Amino acid sequence: MSSNRQAASASPWRAPVLFAILAILFVLEGTVRNGMFSGSWNTSLAILNMGLISAITALGVNMQWGYAGLFNTGVVGFLAIGGLAPVLVSLPPVEGAWSAGGPRLILSLLVGLGTLALAKIVYARTRRAWSVALVLLVGLVAYRWLFDPAVTAIEANDSARTGNIGGLGLPVLLSWLVGGAFAAAAAWAVGKVALGLRSDYLAIATLGIGEIIVAVLRNEDWLARGVKNVAAIPRPVPYETDLQQNPAFADFAARWGFGVAEASGIWVKLCYMSLFLVVLLAIILLAQLALNSPWGRMMRAIRDNETAAEAMGKDVTARHLQIFVLGSAVIGIAGAMMITLDGLMAPTSFNPLRYTFLIWVMVIVGGSGNNWGSVLGAVLIWFLWIKAEVWGPNLIGVLVGPLPDGDIKAHLLGSAPHMRFIAMGLVLLLVLRFAPRGLVPEK
Amino acid sequence: MDILNALVAFLNFVFIPAAAYGAQLALGALGVTLIYGILRFSNFAHGDSMAFGTAITILVTWGLQALGVSLGPLPTALLALPVGIAATAVLVLATDRAVYRFYRAQRAAPIIFVMASVGVMFVMNGLTRLLIGVDEQRFDDGARFIINVRDFREWTGLSEGLALRSTQALTLVVTVIVCAALFWFLNRTKSGKAMRAYSDNEDLALLSGIDPEKVVRLTWIIAAALMTIAGVLYGLDKSFRPFNYFQILLPIFAAAIVGGLGNPVGAIAGGFLVAFSEVAVTYPWVKVAGYLFPDWQPGGLLQLLGTEYKFAVSFVILIVVLLFRPTGLFRGKSV
Repeated sequence: MSSNRQAASASPWRAPVLFAILAILFVLEGTVRNGMFSGSWNTSLAILNMGLISAITALGVNMQWGYAGLFNTGVVGFLAIGGLAPVLVSLPPVEGAWSAGGPRLILSLLVGLGTLALAKIVYARTRRAWSVALVLLVGLVAYRWLFDPAVTAIEANDSARTGNIGGLGLPVLLSWLVGGAFAAAAAWAVGKVALGLRSDYLAIATLGIGEIIVAVLRNEDWLARGVKNVAAIPRPVPYETDLQQNPAFADFAARWGFGVAEASGIWVKLCYMSLFLVVLLAIILLAQLALNSPWGRMMRAIRDNETAAEAMGKDVTARHLQIFVLGSAVIGIAGAMMITLDGLMAPTSFNPLRYTFLIWVMVIVGGSGNNWGSVLGAVLIWFLWIKAEVWGPNLIGVLVGPLPDGDIKAHLLGSAPHMRFIAMGLVLLLVLRFAPRGLVPEK
Repeated sequence: MDILNALVAFLNFVFIPAAAYGAQLALGALGVTLIYGILRFSNFAHGDSMAFGTAITILVTWGLQALGVSLGPLPTALLALPVGIAATAVLVLATDRAVYRFYRAQRAAPIIFVMASVGVMFVMNGLTRLLIGVDEQRFDDGARFIINVRDFREWTGLSEGLALRSTQALTLVVTVIVCAALFWFLNRTKSGKAMRAYSDNEDLALLSGIDPEKVVRLTWIIAAALMTIAGVLYGLDKSFRPFNYFQILLPIFAAAIVGGLGNPVGAIAGGFLVAFSEVAVTYPWVKVAGYLFPDWQPGGLLQLLGTEYKFAVSFVILIVVLLFRPTGLFRGKSV
């Protein structure tokens, strides 16, 4: 951000108080049943779990924006490519898929990457456009010659049930790290091209890579079945049905005064919550250590004045690339966690408004540059976003109550769900203008 | 070899659709590039502002249709267009007043403007959803074809047919008129010269007594007109779905950057370049090849990339330009 970064005296109690208010909101959601809250712990914990994943995504975005001032508009793509990891790592292998065309597919992908690398080398050596074009053309033909038959064979393999390359059958928790690696690789490719140019260029290029990654997931059936979705991704936690059949758990639930069905749902969500909290706290710990190290000071110096940092001998573009890759890796981890939580890979659900720009609202509202602020903003905005679905129509219902029944009233009631887009936009604009340092400002 | 049929197939499936699409992109990119030239930021709300203007135009069109007003062979939407432009102009002027002016006075970094435009995008998106919902709407009426496939076959005796939809012809005609008017305005009128002067060198323009707020207002009004016209033509040609207008943002940005941000001629050239590449890369060439080389039996469709990856084309063009010529083909701004 611009020059208004000087630390003002924010009360040290501010963050704890805000987190306490947030906790009260979740407790109310879990216990009170009225027009505003559902009174179900299952709902409350479900919102919290998704909120924690949003918080990790927001941490990744905050690294890029808060530490380095990079505007990433392709968050949805990095989430999606991270979400690919559970599918490829933890699903059991598909019988016959590998023998149908696995090696050939891998070879074709290697040829594709090799072509790009060769083109770069040829360009660096000769600087002739036509020789680069020739390399690319030959590489493309070779790639398609290898790729197309392999994909056809894999997709033909039991296409009603699978038709994809299948996974490795490894533990799903491992896939979280792999998801981070996938996103980091994609970020490196984009950042290498778009960083070091005008600041808007990164925003536009990431907008593109985001759409392309989602398009690939939607259309490449061999990868993750495309729009046919992959369901039943293995879980790192017990299944509700297993818990319900376990007599010891039934006793345990009865002692707390819950029905066994409700208790099993709560238990599973608590397991997820603990896993997510571990990841979240680990990332915050690492991020804080990094921020307080000489590296973190250098990053802030670059953000606050690129020219001065460059004059001191810092390689601004290389540092930006580094932080961009790191932040995207965190987003990729969040994507893998999200798909694990859902147990379902549905590429159509990746909507940029929800997964890119809503995350941005979270970071700006929470306080850019402050990790705890991002977490607070993420969980709070996610809670409001979900509850606005209920509160909006209720509010509109009260407001239009006096109106006579008719088309206008019906239209207003029907369009209430769209109000939350306007509300989020206004929140972003208001915070950006009147409290640019967010709820929990950077120290 | 059957060159005539191959040519007709090429015109029908590649040239005409790409020309119409290119014209729509060019109008969109002109808006982006003008805003960049004067206000110096990439407007992420552009696509959703286009959707808003189109939504207003569609609503007015429906009103006119209900009253029985029509333009005969031309779509009624043309009558409704001025209302759409006026509404969009009012809206963008209001957002400038409420949002961007503050950051202008602060001389905030361009990226803050971009961030604010994301907020505006949310609001515009919500407004469009409120007005018209998220579903697909078709609003073209009047004559559907200027040349249709069967008549063309009868006239020429060729086996390949050619269709020219009236919306495609209309797109091209309107684009030519709009571009001519815009360049006349920028090059010949005092306000247009003031805009160019401000875009070239802000401080010098201020010294020579140009009122910056007036230039900014004028830019928004022109941009609103360009947005709405582009949006309505796109909607007439394809169909109106708010989400498509968000997605078209990428090809529009690519077009503006290819041409050189801030350069109007570049924006037009960029629009056509992006559109022709997109259509050429995603078109299955097997039919054209079949006419040219009747003995050749290609194994596939001769399609370089599936149509679902058309955005990848704009992206690759964007990347190539960023790698080799970051200021664009026509030397835009390099701030």
